[in-house]
Amino acid sequence: MSATATRDLPCQEIVELVTDYLEGAMDAPLRASFEAHLAGCPHCTHYLEQIGAAIRIAGTIRAENLSPEFRTGLLEAFREFPRG
Amino acid sequence: MTVSPAQDEDALLLRALRAGDERAFAALVDMYGPSLLRLAQLYVSSRAVAEEVVQETWLAVLTGIERFEGRSSLKTWLFRILTNKAKTRGQREGRILPFSSLAADGDEDQTAVAVERFARGGAWATPPRGVPEERLLAGEARARVEEAIAALPPNQRAVITLRDVEGLSADEACNVLGLSETNQRVLLHRARAKVRAALERYLEEA
Repeated sequence: MSATATRDLPCQEIVELVTDYLEGAMDAPLRASFEAHLAGCPHCTHYLEQIGAAIRIAGTIRAENLSPEFRTGLLEAFREFPRG
Repeated sequence: MTVSPAQDEDALLLRALRAGDERAFAALVDMYGPSLLRLAQLYVSSRAVAEEVVQETWLAVLTGIERFEGRSSLKTWLFRILTNKAKTRGQREGRILPFSSLAADGDEDQTAVAVERFARGGAWATPPRGVPEERLLAGEARARVEEAIAALPPNQRAVITLRDVEGLSADEACNVLGLSETNQRVLLHRARAKVRAALERYLEEA
């Protein structure tokens, strides 16, 4: 039984690991090292916050509505669709 | 087996659709049509062609609806049909498509953050700053993010659109785009890094 040994990760490495971290694609020792770094590094914490903000904002981008003509055309195609 | 509210809603809509209920079809078109059209535009040259691809997709849905088993969500199923049709169409147009062998990103060596921002041992020299929430609320923040996504190479744009804009899970995005988990993650990483950088530039403007 040994405590998980965390290793020192430089900030430059942290920013390349952020996606693996958020995707849950890290093994336990690396995750522990990553989290230990974050706990002591406000800069990398800010980096992660910016990534989080970008993800949240992306989630608010709505696709443009269909044009009324196109929508009407789709409904017509549905009506005319042969049903057995 | 637990059934999520979304699956429940899918099942209801599908049952109505099988019965030829036009209101259910209209509801589906309004729910997913705009997203399908946006996705199609990643593959084909014009909005008009994208609309044709979307129309073909709905017809394929009506044809295949009896065979849909609900193993994936309705949204994932729709997106996958759309993507296959849009790819075929884009190929015929001779376009360079996401995930064709010709569509390498060209930025395989790029780092998430410019190397100049780090000191020699890899610590930040020019660190990012905190995120002032009130500046994120401005429509301008969204416009910048949207712009940054539009400027991405096609592979990255497809992945971030499905994951962060449409809210699909990693599994679902892999399923729709026919990607391995690792490739999906690498593309998402590059895409998010660039979008973050654009957001940071906006935040740095006083």
